Amino acid sequence: MDIALIHVFNALLYASVLFLIAGGLSLIYGVMRIVNLAHGNLYAFGAYVTAWLVGYLATSVAAGEASGGAPTWVLLALLPAGAFAAAAAGSLLEPTLLRPFYRRAEEYQLLVTFGLLMIIDDVIRFLWGPYPLSASVVFENFGSLTVGDTLYPTYNFLVIGVGALAAVFLWAFIYRTRFGVVLRATSQDMRMSQALGVNVNRVYVQAFTLGCFMAGLGGAIIVPSQSAVLGMGVDALILSFIVVVIGGLGSLEGALLGALIVGVVREAGITWFPEIELAVLYLMAAAVLLVRPAGLFGRAA
Amino acid sequence: MTRLTAPAAAVLVVLIAVPWVADQYQTILLAYGLVMAIAALGFNLLLGYTGLLSFGHSAYFGVGAYAVAMMVKYLGVASMELHLVGAIAASVLVTAVFGIACVRYTRIFFSILTMALSQVLWSLAFKFFWVTGGTDGLRVPTPTLLGMVTDKGDKIAFLAHAYYYYVLAAFVLCVALMWVIVNSPFGRTLQAIRDNETRAQFIGISIWRYRWAAFMLSGVFTGLAGALWVPLNGLTTPDILHWQFSGKIVFMAVLGGFRTFVGPIVGAVVYNYLESYAVGYTVYWQLFLGVILVVLVLSLPTGIVGTAERVWARWWTPARPREEAR
Repeated sequence: MDIALIHVFNALLYASVLFLIAGGLSLIYGVMRIVNLAHGNLYAFGAYVTAWLVGYLATSVAAGEASGGAPTWVLLALLPAGAFAAAAAGSLLEPTLLRPFYRRAEEYQLLVTFGLLMIIDDVIRFLWGPYPLSASVVFENFGSLTVGDTLYPTYNFLVIGVGALAAVFLWAFIYRTRFGVVLRATSQDMRMSQALGVNVNRVYVQAFTLGCFMAGLGGAIIVPSQSAVLGMGVDALILSFIVVVIGGLGSLEGALLGALIVGVVREAGITWFPEIELAVLYLMAAAVLLVRPAGLFGRAA
Repeated sequence: MTRLTAPAAAVLVVLIAVPWVADQYQTILLAYGLVMAIAALGFNLLLGYTGLLSFGHSAYFGVGAYAVAMMVKYLGVASMELHLVGAIAASVLVTAVFGIACVRYTRIFFSILTMALSQVLWSLAFKFFWVTGGTDGLRVPTPTLLGMVTDKGDKIAFLAHAYYYYVLAAFVLCVALMWVIVNSPFGRTLQAIRDNETRAQFIGISIWRYRWAAFMLSGVFTGLAGALWVPLNGLTTPDILHWQFSGKIVFMAVLGGFRTFVGPIVGAVVYNYLESYAVGYTVYWQLFLGVILVVLVLSLPTGIVGTAERVWARWWTPARPREEAR
């Protein structure tokens, strides 16, 4: 029974982080019809920024005071830094690199983001070197909770909470605010909303920044429990592809459901069929594409 | 056709002369380039001529390569010709199955589906290490060519001479075959489908069937390239099945210019040099190539060959009499 509970928590943990990454990817596709292959790298970027800040503060303050580093609440307050850094990067990238491509064929959009993927990969390597960066201080300071007879890290509950909160906030943001109305209108008919006086360029920057913020937040909250490593971006991209393909490209509800499905299947896969865990995920994505190409929640393309 | 015969013959002479004038390293590097050119040529039958962007061609390259490695490991086959036959058979099988699923879609869904399916193969090669060697890959010794043992103890000399000519012959055959395919009624039909799907359907073309055939042909060329690549590398690893390898193939086609026949060939050879030298000079080679790719799609979307053609036309058209220019 306890084991089952642990499995459920783990599945929710995966799902929260995946929802943040894939939700951002889906949001960007929904609004500007671009599949951003560099999205996973922005997630990695967020993870690296947070790990670097937390690691730096934890050790430098420890050297000064010999008291075990800055207090946990300071480090915790610093976690979102990665998300803001990714958002800032996104707000710079969209107008400079992506804007010239909206009118051109999809091939070019995929290629330019593929080029971006290679560039960001190496920028990260240049800034932080080839070794993993850890922010495990935060994770350790939180200790663990007793679930039945077993221990479970408290920090993981925080991650699940952030994922759930993000989903609620995003829903409220998109369905209950003026900005959300403009965003949905632009996503449904860009020309019509432009004719009605919407500044489409601004909406695009905002949507892209928000998408990158989510990716960065995903990286920032997961980095204390795992380390930031090279290649984490590409892995995350592929998993979030599966999520958005299952849920439907451009749909946030789809991203949430897709993230939950992938979270559960991954957890089950790691426990019972580790050899074909990834293959099962990809086959699921392929099967959904074949039966419902627009995904479970997608609009017909 | 006649316009191209003389330059093509000149290029062939140069390619034949390479092992005699260049050192072994350069010759082997060029052999890699020619192998990748076959892969890019096959890939471009889909992108350039059928209008489908596959982000999963690593799958067929990898199937070709792993088919060879498995034949060596489990059947003890050493003959390169049998390797090629096996690789072709394996890629026909895989492309036929994948193709049925993929050609029902176009545009972004086609790209994602091909990518997802190639990742299935990657994860299998990665996880089933007792069959595929996992990340260590499978070692492949030098094969026999045309039934003869041409490797007399010096593997480098073998690769830079006998094997180079073997690759060159395969390359010439593939280019000739692809030229025939794209200029045949079949190839013209593919271009008609690319340019206007609805009209092609109206004149009674079974679009699905043509796309499927193109998908298989494209994958088989790439699979053949994978098989030819194995002896050069001496090792197959799951890297060649990963979708980033597909990205490289796309890069090659776009670098050379996917709207032209020779574009992918030029792109593959140039890319091969770029990557080899960039990797040799800096650990940040990805950054270097990424910048090239971004600049390329921003400012020179027609690639090397397309741009060269435009420059050529600007210089030469005014000099000609008007009738001839038409």
